[in-house]
Amino acid sequence: MDNSKIGHHISGQFDKELEEIRNKVLTMGGLVERQIELAVQAFTTGDMEMAELVIKQEHQVDALEVDIDLECTKILARRQPTAFDLRLVISAIRIIHEIERVGDKAERVAEMAIKLAGNGNKFPHYELEHMAELVKGMLHDALDAFARISIENVSAITERDTNVDREYDNILRQLITRMMEDPRNITRTLDVLWTVRALERIGDHACYICEHLVYMIKGEDVRHLTQQELEEKVKV
Amino acid sequence: MTAQEVRTHAIDMNSFINNRSNSEELNEISIKVENLNLFYAGKQALRDINMDIPKKKVTAYIGPSGCGKSTLLRCINRMNDLVDNVTIEGKILLDNENIFDKSVNVAALRRRVGMVFQKPNPFPKTIFENVAYGLRIQGINDKRVLAETVENALRGAALWDEMKDRLNDNALGMSGGQQQRLVIARAIAIEPEVLLLDEPASALDPISTLKIEELINELKEKYTIVIVTHNMQQAARVSDYTAFMYLGDLIEMGTTSELFTNPRKKQTEDYITGRYG
Repeated sequence: MDNSKIGHHISGQFDKELEEIRNKVLTMGGLVERQIELAVQAFTTGDMEMAELVIKQEHQVDALEVDIDLECTKILARRQPTAFDLRLVISAIRIIHEIERVGDKAERVAEMAIKLAGNGNKFPHYELEHMAELVKGMLHDALDAFARISIENVSAITERDTNVDREYDNILRQLITRMMEDPRNITRTLDVLWTVRALERIGDHACYICEHLVYMIKGEDVRHLTQQELEEKVKV
Repeated sequence: MTAQEVRTHAIDMNSFINNRSNSEELNEISIKVENLNLFYAGKQALRDINMDIPKKKVTAYIGPSGCGKSTLLRCINRMNDLVDNVTIEGKILLDNENIFDKSVNVAALRRRVGMVFQKPNPFPKTIFENVAYGLRIQGINDKRVLAETVENALRGAALWDEMKDRLNDNALGMSGGQQQRLVIARAIAIEPEVLLLDEPASALDPISTLKIEELINELKEKYTIVIVTHNMQQAARVSDYTAFMYLGDLIEMGTTSELFTNPRKKQTEDYITGRYG
């Protein structure tokens, strides 16, 4: 909402540099969102090509991470930013780390898709897809909040992680049952478990992004707080 | 195993784990500014300034040109008395004593509150005599006392090692950075309580600037320091507290780390992030 927060420096070049960082973070985020979508699709359909594509895209994500990191370091060294500018740069460095981790998770899902595709993947995907939708939504909204430089919806986003965790527990219970029913399922079921676990972690990373956003906008470190404490901090 | 032991000792893991932090520092107030208004020939230059300056800490004033930061600094040792048509209202308490009180001896006040200016202003005398000057005008001529004080002051200003063999050279032959440290030595030779620094490094090269900054850091063990600087990064580096002034008003004062990472006022934010104007 408050895009003017980045601009209006006496140095127009500095405005451009900060704007560039923001755009690159959003590009990186968009790329990773797409990765999750493709990876989950590859998993449910057994489309190996699609899974390969996800793995290939990981290089692009990594390259962007290194690039943004460098830009941020340059700004720190050359501009010695303060106040919001400083927090923006610090938060960008933290956020791209989260995004990169999400990319790794998507790659993990894609790897499992390849592994299970040739292996008679007969696990019903309904819950897994639902969970993927949840975490993708969380990540999307977190990045959207970053784009708008707004923490209005932050606590609503982190709250959704409870649903993800509940879904994770449900699926876990089903998978345990399957393994108990027939030990020959164990290897395959474990692979599904890694996939579900990867999705669950994406939700966590979306929450971390929200926490970095609160620091960026309010200057308050809200990591390691409970949902309730976070709501309190964001409200004031 | 031994390495582990050594490391554990070196960083004192126990107190870290038991969360035994160093005892909270008590912040004594050295100077208290109360409802200070200042007019230059009827034009108001400072507006209702209230401020506590902590003892043995570095307090920096920042703000755009003409915001009143130097004027405020000069009030603390009544340098503004020397300017015509100045009217001052309000109080400045130095150890609970109003410095504007009629009973205050201004010369005595300036002995307690030393000042260093933007341009080094050594006297055209020897290095030794420059530092000894403050004592001599107090009537102290005992050679031993003078020698001891000069050495201590030069050590305090991180000049002794460089200058101990050149004490009888003319001070004007020193470099700008050395001259500035000499002036600081001259100021601390008479053991003031407060040191006022008005842009002490703005005429110096980066290395001399860093030396002055390092010196400020050492001097705060003994003195309350107030510094005016145009260089915001310098304020961020050397000060414990920062006050941002704008058009004669004190906008915001707080710990330096807070003010530079998360200022409370928008005007402060705009200024320190380079959005002013």
